[in-house]
Amino acid sequence: MSRRLAHILVVAVFAALIALAFSRVDYTWNWAGVWEYRQKFVQGWLTTVGLSLAALLASSLIGSVAALLLQSSQPLLEAVGRVYVELIRGTPLLVQLLIGFYVIASAVGLENRFVVGVLVLSLFSGAYMAEIFRGGLAAIPKTQIDAARAIGLSPLQTLRFVILPQAVRLVLPPVAGQLVSLVKDSSLLSVIAISEFTLNAQEVNSFTYSTLESYLPLAVGYLILTLPLSALSRWLEARFLYET
Amino acid sequence: MRLDVHSLTQRFGNTTVLDGLHLTTGDVQSLVLVGPSGGGKSTLLRILAGLDVPVAGRITFDGTLLPNDETALRAYRKTVGTVFQAYNLFPHLSALDNLLLPLIHVHGLSPAQALARAQEPLERFQLSAHAHKRPAELSGGQKQRIAIVRAMVVQPRCLFLDEPTSALDPEMTAEVLEMISELKLLGTHFVLVTHEMSFAKRVADEVAFIDDGRVLAHGSAAEIFDRCDVPRVKAFFAFL
Repeated sequence: MSRRLAHILVVAVFAALIALAFSRVDYTWNWAGVWEYRQKFVQGWLTTVGLSLAALLASSLIGSVAALLLQSSQPLLEAVGRVYVELIRGTPLLVQLLIGFYVIASAVGLENRFVVGVLVLSLFSGAYMAEIFRGGLAAIPKTQIDAARAIGLSPLQTLRFVILPQAVRLVLPPVAGQLVSLVKDSSLLSVIAISEFTLNAQEVNSFTYSTLESYLPLAVGYLILTLPLSALSRWLEARFLYET
Repeated sequence: MRLDVHSLTQRFGNTTVLDGLHLTTGDVQSLVLVGPSGGGKSTLLRILAGLDVPVAGRITFDGTLLPNDETALRAYRKTVGTVFQAYNLFPHLSALDNLLLPLIHVHGLSPAQALARAQEPLERFQLSAHAHKRPAELSGGQKQRIAIVRAMVVQPRCLFLDEPTSALDPEMTAEVLEMISELKLLGTHFVLVTHEMSFAKRVADEVAFIDDGRVLAHGSAAEIFDRCDVPRVKAFFAFL
C-alpha cells in the first residue's frame, strides 16, 4: 500500500468515527446562523496568521540568543539564560499574558495589544526553542570541533560550516512541533482581548448559541495553518537527510 | 624537520599525562611514537599539532617556537595536517566537499582551483570513484584515506597521524599503511603514533618510545626495536 493511500484511508476511518459520534448526539445544527458571521472568522484567522508569523520569527531569534546564553562560559550570562528558560517554562502562558499586558506593558507605557501579545508569545515559545537549540548544539560530537580546528577553521566558520548544518537536521522535528504549538497557543491571546481567531469564534458562539458550528471551523482553521508547517518540516528534514 | 621538545608537561585534572617530556630529533622526514596506551603519545601529538596547549614546557619546530595563544595556534594549524584515529570527517559533506572546505574557506582558493587541487590526490590514491559519497557510504579504510587526503591536500609542512589504523580491520589497516608508505616515498614529513610495530620499523627515520609521560628511549628504528636495552621497552616489545 502506498503511503498516500494509507494516509487517505486513516483519515477516512477517523472521519467516519467522528461522523458516527456526531450522529448519535441529539443536536440541531444551525449552520445558517453562523454563516452570517463568516467575515469574523476570516478576519480572526488572518489576525492569527499575522500573530503566528511574527511570533514565529521573534521566538526563533529569542531562542537562538537564549541558547547562546545557556552555552555561555560567563556565569552571569548563563544564569540569565537559565532563569529565563525555567521561569517561562515553569509558569502558565495565561499568567504570563496577564502580567505581561496588565502589569509590565502598562508600567512601561506599551499599549498596543498586538505588539504585547506577540512579545509575550515569543518569549514563551523562545524558552522552549532555546532548549531545543542548546540540545542540538550539544549533540554535535566534540571530535567534529577537533577536526574543524585541525583544518584551521575559525570558531565562526566552525559554527557555520560544521556545527549548524549538522544541528539543523537534529532540531528540525522538535522545532516544527514547537511552531505548531505556538500557532495554537496564540489562541490564548484572546484573554487580553486581541481579536484573533479563537476570540472571534467565541463571540460568534455567544451571538448564535451554536457552539459546535462556531468551534468546528476553528479546528479546521488551525489545521490549515499547522499542517503546512509539519509538511514543510518533513520536506526540510528530507533535504538535510544523510546517514551518520 | 627538526623537533625540539623541552620539559613538556600536560595535566588533565589531577592526572599528569606528560611529565617534563624531552625529545630532540635530528633532521628527519618521519618520526614514529610508540609505547603503551595511556603513556602520553597522543597527548604529545595533539600538542605538536597545535590542538592543545601544554601547562608547561616548550616546543620548537624547525627552529620556531610553537605559540600558546589560540589565534597564533590557528595560523600554525593551517600549516600542518592532522589525521585522527576516528577519521573525524564531516558527515554532512561528501568526501570531495570535505577536501574543498579547507581549500576554499581556510586557504582562499577559488572553487575551480580547489577542485583541481583535490582531484590530483584523489586520483593518485584511487579515491576518485568515492569523491561524491558521504562518509557513511565509505568503508573505514576509505574514510581514513579521505581523511589523510584532507589533511595533506593543503600541502602542509608536516602531517600528524594519531593511531590512524587503530579502528580498522587488518585488510583496511594494510590499505591505509600502504598509503602512508607512499607518502613517505613522496617526501611528506610526518609524525605518526601507531601500534603497528613492523610498519613503524619500516617507515620511521626515528622512533621515540613513550611511557608514563616521558621518552624512555629514542633513536633510529633499529636502535629502538632491535638493540634497546631499557628494561621497560624490552618488556613491551616482548609481548608482541
